[in-house]
Amino acid sequence: MSETKTLVDLQHARKSFGDNEVLKDISIKVEKGEVLAIIGPSGGGKSTLLRCCTLLETLDGGSLSFGDCVVSRDEDGCAVYGDKATLARARTHFGLVFQNFNLFPHYTVMKNLIDAPITVQKTPKEDAVKKAFELLKKMGLEGKENMVPCELSGGQQQRVAIARALMLDPDVLFFDEPTSALDPELTKGVLRVIRSLAEEHMTMVIVTHEMKFARDVADHVIFMDGGVIVEQGLAKDVIDNPQHERTRSFLYNEE
Amino acid sequence: MDIVTMLNDFGAMYLGLDGKLTLVMLLTRMGGGLIVTFQIFFITLIGSLPLGVLIALGRMSKIKPLAWLMRLYISFMRGTPLMLQLMAIYFIPYYLFGVKLSFLDIGPYDLGPIHIEIGWVMTACCIGFILNYAAYFAEIYRGGIQSIPRGQYEAAEVLGYTNGQTFMRIVLPQVIKRILPAMGNEVITLVKDTSLAFVLALAEMFTVVKQIVASEVSMVPFILAALVYWGLTMLAEFALSRIEKHYAYYHD
Ligand SMILES: Nc1ncnc2c1ncn2[C@@H]1O[C@H](COP(=O)(O)OP(=O)(O)OP(=O)(O)O)[C@@H](O)[C@H]1O
Ligand SMILES: [Mg+2]
Repeated sequence: MSETKTLVDLQHARKSFGDNEVLKDISIKVEKGEVLAIIGPSGGGKSTLLRCCTLLETLDGGSLSFGDCVVSRDEDGCAVYGDKATLARARTHFGLVFQNFNLFPHYTVMKNLIDAPITVQKTPKEDAVKKAFELLKKMGLEGKENMVPCELSGGQQQRVAIARALMLDPDVLFFDEPTSALDPELTKGVLRVIRSLAEEHMTMVIVTHEMKFARDVADHVIFMDGGVIVEQGLAKDVIDNPQHERTRSFLYNEE
Repeated sequence: MDIVTMLNDFGAMYLGLDGKLTLVMLLTRMGGGLIVTFQIFFITLIGSLPLGVLIALGRMSKIKPLAWLMRLYISFMRGTPLMLQLMAIYFIPYYLFGVKLSFLDIGPYDLGPIHIEIGWVMTACCIGFILNYAAYFAEIYRGGIQSIPRGQYEAAEVLGYTNGQTFMRIVLPQVIKRILPAMGNEVITLVKDTSLAFVLALAEMFTVVKQIVASEVSMVPFILAALVYWGLTMLAEFALSRIEKHYAYYHD
Protein backbone atom coordinates (compact mmCIF):
# COMPACT_ATOMS: atom_id res chain seq x y z
CA MET A 1 0.00 0.00 0.00
CA SER A 2 2.77 2.38 0.83
CA GLU A 3 4.59 2.16 -2.52
CA THR A 4 4.18 5.46 -4.30
CA LYS A 5 4.27 6.09 -8.00
CA THR A 6 4.63 9.60 -9.37
CA LEU A 7 2.08 10.09 -12.14
CA VAL A 8 2.67 13.77 -12.86
CA ASP A 9 6.05 15.36 -12.42
CA LEU A 10 6.38 19.03 -13.28
CA GLN A 11 9.63 20.75 -12.36
CA HIS A 12 10.68 24.40 -12.56
CA ALA A 13 7.83 25.35 -14.87
CA ARG A 14 8.03 28.84 -16.33
CA LYS A 15 5.50 30.47 -18.62
CA SER A 16 5.05 34.04 -19.80
CA PHE A 17 2.51 35.72 -22.01
CA GLY A 18 4.48 38.56 -23.55
CA ASP A 19 6.20 40.19 -20.60
CA ASN A 20 3.57 38.94 -18.16
CA GLU A 21 5.32 36.16 -16.24
CA VAL A 22 2.44 33.90 -15.22
CA LEU A 23 4.29 30.85 -13.89
CA LYS A 24 7.55 31.45 -12.04
CA ASP A 25 9.39 28.24 -11.27
CA ILE A 26 6.48 26.02 -10.30
CA SER A 27 7.10 22.40 -9.32
CA ILE A 28 4.42 19.85 -8.51
CA LYS A 29 4.39 16.10 -8.12
CA VAL A 30 1.23 14.04 -8.08
CA GLU A 31 1.38 10.52 -6.68
CA LYS A 32 -0.91 7.71 -7.71
CA GLY A 33 -4.21 7.90 -5.84
CA GLU A 34 -3.59 11.43 -4.61
CA VAL A 35 -6.07 14.27 -4.84
CA LEU A 36 -4.37 17.64 -5.16
CA ALA A 37 -6.35 20.86 -4.89
CA ILE A 38 -5.00 24.13 -6.26
CA ILE A 39 -6.46 27.29 -4.78
CA GLY A 40 -5.64 30.95 -5.09
CA PRO A 41 -6.86 34.34 -6.22
CA SER A 42 -7.98 35.18 -9.74
CA GLY A 43 -5.11 35.71 -12.15
CA GLY A 44 -2.74 33.70 -9.99
CA GLY A 45 -1.90 31.32 -12.81
CA LYS A 46 -3.94 28.27 -11.80
CA SER A 47 -5.57 27.73 -15.17
CA THR A 48 -2.29 28.37 -16.95
CA LEU A 49 -0.64 25.72 -14.82
CA LEU A 50 -3.36 23.23 -15.68
CA ARG A 51 -3.23 24.15 -19.36
CA CYS A 52 0.52 23.58 -19.40
CA CYS A 53 0.07 20.20 -17.73
CA THR A 54 -2.56 19.20 -20.32
CA LEU A 55 -0.45 20.39 -23.27
CA LEU A 56 -2.86 23.17 -24.23
CA GLU A 57 -0.05 25.65 -23.58
CA THR A 58 3.65 25.08 -24.01
CA LEU A 59 6.06 25.80 -21.19
CA ASP A 60 8.86 28.29 -21.74
CA GLY A 61 11.04 26.42 -19.29
CA GLY A 62 10.83 23.31 -17.16
CA SER A 63 10.30 19.60 -17.42
CA LEU A 64 7.07 17.64 -17.50
CA SER A 65 6.49 13.91 -17.47
CA PHE A 66 3.64 11.49 -16.94
CA GLY A 67 5.07 8.30 -15.43
CA ASP A 68 7.84 7.33 -17.80
CA CYS A 69 6.47 9.40 -20.67
CA VAL A 70 8.66 12.50 -20.88
CA VAL A 71 6.78 15.41 -22.44
CA SER A 72 9.38 18.10 -21.96
CA ARG A 73 12.98 18.26 -20.72
CA ASP A 74 14.61 21.32 -19.26
CA GLU A 75 17.72 22.30 -21.19
CA ASP A 76 19.48 25.40 -19.85
CA GLY A 77 16.18 26.77 -18.62
CA CYS A 78 14.35 26.08 -21.90
CA ALA A 79 11.59 23.49 -22.19
CA VAL A 80 12.37 21.06 -25.01
CA TYR A 81 9.30 19.10 -26.04
CA GLY A 82 9.17 15.55 -27.37
CA ASP A 83 7.91 14.74 -30.87
CA LYS A 84 4.28 14.50 -31.95
CA ALA A 85 4.03 10.79 -31.15
CA THR A 86 5.32 11.39 -27.62
CA LEU A 87 2.77 14.13 -27.03
CA ALA A 88 0.02 11.89 -28.37
CA ARG A 89 1.16 9.15 -25.98
CA ALA A 90 1.26 11.63 -23.10
CA ARG A 91 -2.35 12.60 -23.81
CA THR A 92 -3.47 9.05 -23.10
CA HIS A 93 -2.27 9.53 -19.50
CA PHE A 94 -4.57 12.37 -18.52
CA GLY A 95 -8.05 13.79 -18.91
CA LEU A 96 -9.29 17.35 -18.46
CA VAL A 97 -12.63 18.67 -17.24
CA PHE A 98 -13.27 22.28 -18.24
CA GLN A 99 -15.02 25.03 -16.38
CA ASN A 100 -17.57 25.39 -19.18
CA PHE A 101 -17.82 21.66 -19.99
CA ASN A 102 -16.99 21.91 -23.72
CA LEU A 103 -19.20 19.00 -24.62
CA PHE A 104 -19.75 18.47 -28.34
CA PRO A 105 -23.18 20.05 -28.82
CA HIS A 106 -24.03 18.16 -32.02
CA TYR A 107 -23.46 14.76 -30.40
CA THR A 108 -25.85 12.94 -28.08
CA VAL A 109 -24.61 12.13 -24.59
CA MET A 110 -23.78 8.60 -25.73
CA LYS A 111 -21.87 9.83 -28.78
CA ASN A 112 -19.98 12.34 -26.65
CA LEU A 113 -18.80 9.41 -24.54
CA ILE A 114 -18.02 6.80 -27.17
CA ASP A 115 -16.69 8.90 -30.05
CA ALA A 116 -13.17 9.43 -28.71
CA PRO A 117 -12.67 5.80 -27.59
CA ILE A 118 -13.84 4.60 -31.00
CA THR A 119 -12.01 7.10 -33.21
CA VAL A 120 -8.91 7.68 -31.12
CA GLN A 121 -8.35 4.40 -29.30
CA LYS A 122 -10.08 2.11 -31.82
CA THR A 123 -12.15 0.54 -29.05
CA PRO A 124 -14.87 -1.78 -30.45
CA LYS A 125 -18.20 0.02 -30.36
CA GLU A 126 -19.97 -2.57 -28.17
CA ASP A 127 -17.28 -2.28 -25.50
CA ALA A 128 -17.43 1.51 -25.57
CA VAL A 129 -21.22 1.54 -25.30
CA LYS A 130 -21.15 -0.92 -22.40
CA LYS A 131 -18.64 1.19 -20.56
CA ALA A 132 -20.59 4.37 -21.31
CA PHE A 133 -23.72 2.91 -19.73
CA GLU A 134 -21.75 1.98 -16.62
CA LEU A 135 -20.30 5.46 -16.31
CA LEU A 136 -23.65 7.14 -16.92
CA LYS A 137 -25.10 5.10 -14.09
CA LYS A 138 -22.24 6.07 -11.83
CA MET A 139 -22.73 9.74 -12.71
CA GLY A 140 -26.44 9.55 -11.95
CA LEU A 141 -27.31 10.09 -15.61
CA GLU A 142 -29.26 6.94 -16.37
CA GLY A 143 -31.65 7.31 -19.28
CA LYS A 144 -29.97 10.47 -20.58
CA GLU A 145 -27.89 8.74 -23.25
CA ASN A 146 -30.00 9.91 -26.19
CA MET A 147 -30.26 13.52 -25.14
CA VAL A 148 -28.10 16.28 -26.56
CA PRO A 149 -26.12 18.53 -24.20
CA CYS A 150 -28.44 21.53 -24.65
CA GLU A 151 -31.27 19.47 -23.13
CA LEU A 152 -29.32 18.94 -19.90
CA SER A 153 -28.71 21.18 -16.92
CA GLY A 154 -25.23 22.58 -16.37
CA GLY A 155 -24.61 20.11 -13.58
CA GLN A 156 -25.65 17.21 -15.76
CA GLN A 157 -23.48 18.49 -18.61
CA GLN A 158 -20.48 18.66 -16.32
CA ARG A 159 -21.09 15.10 -15.17
CA VAL A 160 -21.25 14.01 -18.81
CA ALA A 161 -17.94 15.81 -19.33
CA ILE A 162 -16.42 13.92 -16.41
CA ALA A 163 -17.73 10.64 -17.82
CA ARG A 164 -16.32 11.55 -21.25
CA ALA A 165 -12.88 12.05 -19.73
CA LEU A 166 -13.15 8.78 -17.76
CA MET A 167 -14.04 6.81 -20.89
CA LEU A 168 -10.39 6.96 -21.94
CA ASP A 169 -9.13 5.52 -18.64
CA PRO A 170 -6.78 8.38 -17.74
CA ASP A 171 -4.19 7.90 -15.00
CA VAL A 172 -4.91 11.38 -13.74
CA LEU A 173 -7.85 13.71 -14.18
CA PHE A 174 -7.41 17.50 -14.17
CA PHE A 175 -10.33 19.79 -13.28
CA ASP A 176 -10.32 23.55 -13.90
CA GLU A 177 -12.98 25.06 -11.62
CA PRO A 178 -15.50 22.35 -12.51
CA THR A 179 -18.35 23.98 -10.58
CA SER A 180 -17.80 27.71 -10.95
CA ALA A 181 -20.20 27.92 -13.90
CA LEU A 182 -22.92 26.25 -11.81
CA ASP A 183 -25.34 27.48 -9.19
CA PRO A 184 -25.01 26.00 -5.68
CA GLU A 185 -27.70 23.39 -6.15
CA LEU A 186 -26.10 21.96 -9.31
CA THR A 187 -22.64 22.23 -7.78
CA LYS A 188 -23.58 19.63 -5.18
CA GLY A 189 -24.18 16.87 -7.71
CA VAL A 190 -20.87 17.48 -9.44
CA LEU A 191 -18.93 17.61 -6.18
CA ARG A 192 -20.59 14.39 -5.07
CA VAL A 193 -19.36 12.67 -8.22
CA ILE A 194 -15.81 13.96 -7.74
CA ARG A 195 -15.92 12.89 -4.10
CA SER A 196 -16.93 9.37 -5.11
CA LEU A 197 -14.04 9.26 -7.57
CA ALA A 198 -11.71 10.27 -4.75
CA GLU A 199 -13.07 7.41 -2.65
CA GLU A 200 -12.10 5.05 -5.49
CA HIS A 201 -8.58 6.54 -5.36
CA MET A 202 -8.78 8.24 -8.71
CA THR A 203 -5.76 10.52 -9.06
CA MET A 204 -7.01 14.08 -9.50
CA VAL A 205 -5.74 17.65 -9.69
CA ILE A 206 -8.53 20.10 -9.00
CA VAL A 207 -8.46 23.87 -9.32
CA THR A 208 -11.32 25.06 -7.16
CA HIS A 209 -12.81 27.90 -5.17
CA GLU A 210 -14.78 25.45 -2.97
CA MET A 211 -12.63 25.57 0.16
CA LYS A 212 -14.72 23.20 2.21
CA PHE A 213 -14.67 20.69 -0.61
CA ALA A 214 -10.90 21.04 -1.02
CA ARG A 215 -10.40 20.54 2.69
CA ASP A 216 -12.58 17.41 2.80
CA VAL A 217 -11.62 15.70 -0.42
CA ALA A 218 -8.05 16.73 -1.24
CA ASP A 219 -5.00 15.13 0.30
CA HIS A 220 -2.78 18.08 -0.48
CA VAL A 221 -3.46 21.72 -1.24
CA ILE A 222 -1.37 24.21 -3.15
CA PHE A 223 -2.01 27.93 -2.70
CA MET A 224 -0.89 29.86 -5.75
CA ASP A 225 -0.61 33.61 -6.12
CA GLY A 226 1.28 35.76 -8.60
CA GLY A 227 2.70 32.79 -10.45
CA VAL A 228 4.37 31.18 -7.43
CA ILE A 229 3.39 28.50 -4.95
CA VAL A 230 3.00 30.50 -1.76
CA GLU A 231 2.11 27.62 0.47
CA GLN A 232 1.48 23.89 0.18
CA GLY A 233 0.86 20.97 2.42
CA LEU A 234 -1.79 18.65 3.78
CA ALA A 235 -5.23 19.96 2.92
CA LYS A 236 -6.40 20.35 6.50
CA ASP A 237 -3.19 22.09 7.55
CA VAL A 238 -3.20 24.64 4.74
CA ILE A 239 -6.89 25.46 4.95
CA ASP A 240 -7.45 25.28 8.71
CA ASN A 241 -4.13 26.66 9.77
CA PRO A 242 -2.45 28.67 7.01
CA GLN A 243 1.09 29.75 7.80
CA HIS A 244 1.50 32.44 5.22
CA GLU A 245 -0.02 35.90 5.46
CA ARG A 246 -1.24 35.87 1.82
CA THR A 247 -2.92 32.50 2.26
CA ARG A 248 -4.58 33.70 5.41
CA SER A 249 -6.02 36.84 3.85
CA PHE A 250 -7.18 34.88 0.79
CA LEU A 251 -8.97 32.25 2.87
CA TYR A 252 -10.34 34.87 5.20
CA ASN A 253 -11.89 36.93 2.38
CA GLU A 254 -13.27 33.81 0.72
CA GLU A 255 -15.29 32.73 3.72
CA MET B 1 -59.14 18.73 -77.40
CA ASP B 2 -55.47 18.06 -76.78
CA ILE B 3 -53.25 19.87 -74.32
CA VAL B 4 -51.36 21.85 -76.96
CA THR B 5 -54.48 23.49 -78.34
CA MET B 6 -55.77 24.04 -74.83
CA LEU B 7 -52.63 25.88 -73.82
CA ASN B 8 -52.52 27.87 -77.03
CA ASP B 9 -56.18 28.87 -76.66
CA PHE B 10 -55.48 29.96 -73.10
CA GLY B 11 -52.52 32.00 -74.31
CA ALA B 12 -54.55 33.62 -77.03
CA MET B 13 -57.51 34.41 -74.79
CA TYR B 14 -55.87 35.55 -71.57
CA LEU B 15 -52.28 36.51 -72.46
CA GLY B 16 -52.95 38.18 -75.77
CA LEU B 17 -50.53 35.92 -77.62
CA ASP B 18 -51.40 36.04 -81.31
CA GLY B 19 -50.98 33.24 -83.80
CA LYS B 20 -47.32 33.93 -84.58
CA LEU B 21 -46.13 33.18 -81.02
CA THR B 22 -48.23 30.55 -79.34
CA LEU B 23 -48.00 29.77 -75.64
CA VAL B 24 -46.61 26.31 -76.36
CA MET B 25 -43.88 27.76 -78.58
CA LEU B 26 -43.02 30.24 -75.86
CA LEU B 27 -42.92 27.59 -73.14
CA THR B 28 -40.81 25.27 -75.29
CA ARG B 29 -38.20 27.94 -75.93
CA MET B 30 -38.20 28.98 -72.28
CA GLY B 31 -37.84 25.34 -71.29
CA GLY B 32 -34.74 25.05 -73.44
CA GLY B 33 -33.31 28.11 -71.72
CA LEU B 34 -34.28 26.76 -68.33
CA ILE B 35 -32.12 23.68 -68.92
CA VAL B 36 -29.11 25.93 -69.50
CA THR B 37 -30.04 27.91 -66.38
CA PHE B 38 -30.00 24.67 -64.40
CA GLN B 39 -26.63 23.78 -65.88
CA ILE B 40 -25.11 27.08 -64.78
CA PHE B 41 -26.70 26.77 -61.35
CA PHE B 42 -25.51 23.27 -60.54
CA ILE B 43 -22.08 23.54 -62.16
CA THR B 44 -21.50 26.74 -60.18
CA LEU B 45 -22.46 25.06 -56.90
CA ILE B 46 -20.41 21.93 -57.60
CA GLY B 47 -17.37 24.07 -58.40
CA SER B 48 -17.63 26.90 -55.91
CA LEU B 49 -18.67 25.04 -52.75
CA PRO B 50 -15.37 23.10 -52.51
CA LEU B 51 -13.27 25.90 -54.04
CA GLY B 52 -14.60 28.19 -51.31
CA VAL B 53 -13.25 25.80 -48.66
CA LEU B 54 -9.77 26.02 -50.17
CA ILE B 55 -9.94 29.80 -50.38
CA ALA B 56 -11.18 30.04 -46.79
CA LEU B 57 -8.37 27.79 -45.57
CA GLY B 58 -5.87 29.87 -47.53
CA ARG B 59 -7.36 33.05 -46.12
CA MET B 60 -6.91 31.69 -42.55
CA SER B 61 -3.49 30.20 -43.30
CA LYS B 62 -0.50 30.99 -41.13
CA ILE B 63 1.46 31.51 -44.35
CA LYS B 64 1.05 35.26 -44.54
CA PRO B 65 1.57 35.81 -48.30
CA LEU B 66 -1.04 33.14 -49.05
CA ALA B 67 -3.48 34.70 -46.60
CA TRP B 68 -2.95 38.12 -48.17
CA LEU B 69 -3.33 36.78 -51.69
CA MET B 70 -6.64 35.15 -50.76
CA ARG B 71 -7.78 38.36 -49.09
CA LEU B 72 -6.99 40.28 -52.24
CA TYR B 73 -8.79 37.68 -54.33
CA ILE B 74 -11.91 37.80 -52.17
CA SER B 75 -11.88 41.57 -52.12
CA PHE B 76 -11.57 41.80 -55.92
CA MET B 77 -14.21 39.16 -56.63
CA ARG B 78 -16.70 40.79 -54.28
CA GLY B 79 -15.71 44.30 -55.25
CA THR B 80 -16.23 44.17 -59.02
CA PRO B 81 -19.44 43.41 -60.93
CA LEU B 82 -20.02 39.75 -61.75
CA MET B 83 -21.19 40.85 -65.18
CA LEU B 84 -17.84 42.46 -65.82
CA GLN B 85 -16.00 39.37 -64.58
CA LEU B 86 -17.99 37.19 -66.96
CA MET B 87 -17.09 39.39 -69.93
CA ALA B 88 -13.42 39.54 -68.90
CA ILE B 89 -13.13 35.78 -68.68
CA TYR B 90 -14.93 35.35 -71.96
CA PHE B 91 -12.50 37.62 -73.80
CA ILE B 92 -9.29 36.36 -72.14
CA PRO B 93 -8.41 33.75 -74.83
CA TYR B 94 -8.72 36.41 -77.50
CA TYR B 95 -6.79 39.22 -75.82
CA LEU B 96 -4.14 37.03 -74.19
CA PHE B 97 -3.60 34.39 -76.83
CA GLY B 98 -5.26 35.82 -79.92
CA VAL B 99 -7.57 32.82 -80.21
CA LYS B 100 -10.65 33.47 -82.31
CA LEU B 101 -13.64 33.05 -80.02
CA SER B 102 -15.85 31.61 -82.74
CA PHE B 103 -13.27 28.86 -83.11
CA LEU B 104 -13.62 27.99 -79.44
CA ASP B 105 -17.36 28.04 -79.57
CA ILE B 106 -18.36 24.55 -80.62
CA GLY B 107 -21.95 25.45 -79.90
CA PRO B 108 -24.79 23.60 -78.27
CA TYR B 109 -24.84 19.84 -78.31
CA ASP B 110 -28.25 18.63 -79.38
CA LEU B 111 -29.99 15.73 -77.71
CA GLY B 112 -33.28 15.73 -79.55
CA PRO B 113 -35.31 18.63 -78.15
CA ILE B 114 -32.78 19.30 -75.38
CA HIS B 115 -29.57 21.02 -76.22
CA ILE B 116 -26.68 21.13 -73.83
CA GLU B 117 -24.25 24.02 -73.84
CA ILE B 118 -20.65 22.89 -73.93
CA GLY B 119 -18.95 25.68 -75.87
CA TRP B 120 -16.59 28.41 -74.72
CA VAL B 121 -19.46 30.74 -73.82
CA MET B 122 -20.79 28.22 -71.35
CA THR B 123 -17.33 27.38 -70.04
CA ALA B 124 -16.38 31.02 -69.54
CA CYS B 125 -19.70 31.67 -67.87
CA CYS B 126 -19.30 28.80 -65.42
CA ILE B 127 -15.69 29.72 -64.63
CA GLY B 128 -16.84 33.27 -63.88
CA PHE B 129 -19.68 32.14 -61.64
CA ILE B 130 -17.52 29.59 -59.82
CA LEU B 131 -14.69 32.05 -59.16
CA ASN B 132 -17.12 34.71 -57.99
CA TYR B 133 -19.32 32.55 -55.78
CA ALA B 134 -16.31 30.76 -54.25
CA ALA B 135 -15.19 34.14 -52.87
CA TYR B 136 -18.55 34.69 -51.17
CA PHE B 137 -18.70 31.11 -49.88
CA ALA B 138 -15.13 31.38 -48.57
CA GLU B 139 -16.09 34.33 -46.37
CA ILE B 140 -19.14 32.49 -45.08
CA TYR B 141 -17.04 29.41 -44.29
CA ARG B 142 -14.43 31.54 -42.56
CA GLY B 143 -17.05 33.22 -40.40
CA GLY B 144 -18.48 29.81 -39.52
CA ILE B 145 -15.16 28.22 -38.69
CA GLN B 146 -14.05 31.17 -36.58
CA SER B 147 -17.34 31.16 -34.67
CA ILE B 148 -16.65 27.70 -33.22
CA PRO B 149 -15.42 28.26 -29.65
CA ARG B 150 -11.79 27.46 -28.87
CA GLY B 151 -13.01 25.11 -26.16
CA GLN B 152 -14.27 22.70 -28.81
CA TYR B 153 -10.80 22.40 -30.32
CA GLU B 154 -9.23 22.11 -26.87
CA ALA B 155 -11.64 19.41 -25.71
CA ALA B 156 -10.92 17.43 -28.89
CA GLU B 157 -7.18 17.93 -28.52
CA VAL B 158 -7.12 16.67 -24.94
CA LEU B 159 -9.22 13.65 -25.95
CA GLY B 160 -6.55 12.81 -28.52
CA TYR B 161 -8.31 13.62 -31.80
CA THR B 162 -5.96 14.48 -34.64
CA ASN B 163 -6.38 17.86 -36.35
CA GLY B 164 -8.11 16.17 -39.28
CA GLN B 165 -10.51 14.26 -37.02
CA THR B 166 -11.24 17.41 -35.06
CA PHE B 167 -12.14 19.30 -38.22
CA MET B 168 -14.23 16.59 -39.83
CA ARG B 169 -16.03 15.25 -36.75
CA ILE B 170 -16.29 18.18 -34.38
CA VAL B 171 -15.89 21.47 -36.25
CA LEU B 172 -17.40 20.91 -39.70
CA PRO B 173 -20.83 19.61 -38.61
CA GLN B 174 -21.23 22.60 -36.30
CA VAL B 175 -20.03 25.00 -38.99
CA ILE B 176 -22.59 23.65 -41.46
CA LYS B 177 -25.44 24.32 -39.05
CA ARG B 178 -24.22 27.83 -38.36
CA ILE B 179 -23.71 28.89 -41.97
CA LEU B 180 -26.90 27.43 -43.44
CA PRO B 181 -28.90 30.69 -43.34
CA ALA B 182 -26.11 32.65 -45.00
CA MET B 183 -25.56 29.91 -47.57
CA GLY B 184 -29.29 29.93 -48.27
CA ASN B 185 -29.08 33.60 -49.19
CA GLU B 186 -26.27 32.97 -51.64
CA VAL B 187 -27.97 29.99 -53.25
CA ILE B 188 -31.15 32.00 -53.79
CA THR B 189 -29.14 34.87 -55.22
CA LEU B 190 -27.41 32.43 -57.57
CA VAL B 191 -30.75 31.23 -58.95
CA LYS B 192 -31.41 34.77 -60.17
CA ASP B 193 -27.81 35.67 -60.99
CA THR B 194 -27.75 32.98 -63.67
CA SER B 195 -29.64 35.54 -65.74
CA LEU B 196 -26.45 37.63 -65.94
CA ALA B 197 -25.23 35.10 -68.52
CA PHE B 198 -27.24 37.17 -71.01
CA VAL B 199 -24.18 39.45 -71.38
CA LEU B 200 -22.45 36.55 -73.12
CA ALA B 201 -25.62 35.82 -75.14
CA LEU B 202 -25.62 32.37 -73.57
CA ALA B 203 -29.02 30.85 -74.26
CA GLU B 204 -30.21 30.50 -70.68
CA MET B 205 -33.76 31.36 -69.79
CA PHE B 206 -33.42 35.10 -69.35
CA THR B 207 -31.47 35.52 -72.62
CA VAL B 208 -34.13 33.55 -74.46
CA VAL B 209 -36.95 35.52 -72.88
CA LYS B 210 -35.26 38.83 -73.65
CA GLN B 211 -34.94 37.87 -77.31
CA ILE B 212 -38.59 36.82 -77.52
CA VAL B 213 -39.73 40.04 -75.87
CA ALA B 214 -37.70 42.06 -78.37
CA SER B 215 -38.96 40.22 -81.41
CA GLU B 216 -42.59 39.72 -80.39
CA VAL B 217 -43.21 42.97 -78.55
CA SER B 218 -44.92 41.23 -75.66
CA MET B 219 -44.31 41.49 -71.92
CA VAL B 220 -45.80 38.05 -71.28
CA PRO B 221 -42.45 36.22 -71.48
CA PHE B 222 -41.01 38.53 -68.80
CA ILE B 223 -43.94 37.83 -66.51
CA LEU B 224 -43.62 34.10 -67.05
CA ALA B 225 -39.86 34.29 -66.43
CA ALA B 226 -40.43 36.15 -63.17
CA LEU B 227 -42.82 33.41 -62.07
CA VAL B 228 -40.34 30.70 -63.01
CA TYR B 229 -37.48 32.36 -61.08
CA TRP B 230 -39.75 32.83 -58.10
CA GLY B 231 -40.80 29.19 -58.28
CA LEU B 232 -37.18 28.09 -58.41
CA THR B 233 -36.19 30.20 -55.42
CA MET B 234 -39.12 28.74 -53.51
CA LEU B 235 -37.82 25.27 -54.32
CA ALA B 236 -34.40 26.32 -53.05
CA GLU B 237 -35.96 27.76 -49.88
CA PHE B 238 -37.82 24.50 -49.35
CA ALA B 239 -34.70 22.40 -49.78
CA LEU B 240 -32.76 24.66 -47.41
CA SER B 241 -35.45 24.56 -44.76
CA ARG B 242 -35.34 20.76 -44.94
CA ILE B 243 -31.60 20.83 -44.31
CA GLU B 244 -32.04 23.33 -41.45
CA LYS B 245 -34.64 21.04 -39.90
CA HIS B 246 -32.17 18.19 -40.13
CA TYR B 247 -29.79 20.19 -37.93
CA ALA B 248 -32.47 21.57 -35.60
CA TYR B 249 -32.13 18.75 -33.06
CA TYR B 250 -29.64 20.80 -31.07
CA HIS B 251 -28.72 24.41 -30.43
CA ASP B 252 -25.61 25.82 -28.85
N1 LIG C 1 -3.75 33.18 -23.53
C1 LIG C 1 -3.30 34.18 -22.76
N2 LIG C 1 -2.69 35.25 -23.29
C2 LIG C 1 -2.23 36.26 -22.52
N3 LIG C 1 -2.33 36.29 -21.19
C3 LIG C 1 -2.93 35.25 -20.58
C4 LIG C 1 -3.45 34.15 -21.33
N4 LIG C 1 -3.97 33.26 -20.46
C5 LIG C 1 -3.81 33.78 -19.23
N5 LIG C 1 -3.18 34.97 -19.29
C6 LIG C 1 -2.80 35.79 -18.15
O1 LIG C 1 -2.13 34.98 -17.22
C7 LIG C 1 -2.48 35.34 -15.90
C8 LIG C 1 -2.95 34.12 -15.15
O2 LIG C 1 -4.16 33.69 -15.69
P1 LIG C 1 -4.88 32.34 -15.26
O3 LIG C 1 -6.08 32.19 -16.12
O4 LIG C 1 -3.89 31.24 -15.28
O5 LIG C 1 -5.30 32.66 -13.76
P2 LIG C 1 -6.24 31.83 -12.79
O6 LIG C 1 -5.47 31.62 -11.55
O7 LIG C 1 -6.77 30.62 -13.47
O8 LIG C 1 -7.41 32.83 -12.50
P3 LIG C 1 -9.00 32.56 -12.33
O9 LIG C 1 -9.21 32.15 -10.89
O10 LIG C 1 -9.62 33.88 -12.62
O11 LIG C 1 -9.39 31.50 -13.29
C9 LIG C 1 -3.49 36.46 -16.00
O12 LIG C 1 -2.83 37.67 -15.78
C10 LIG C 1 -3.99 36.38 -17.42
O13 LIG C 1 -4.30 37.65 -17.88
MG1 LIG D 1 -8.67 29.96 -14.13
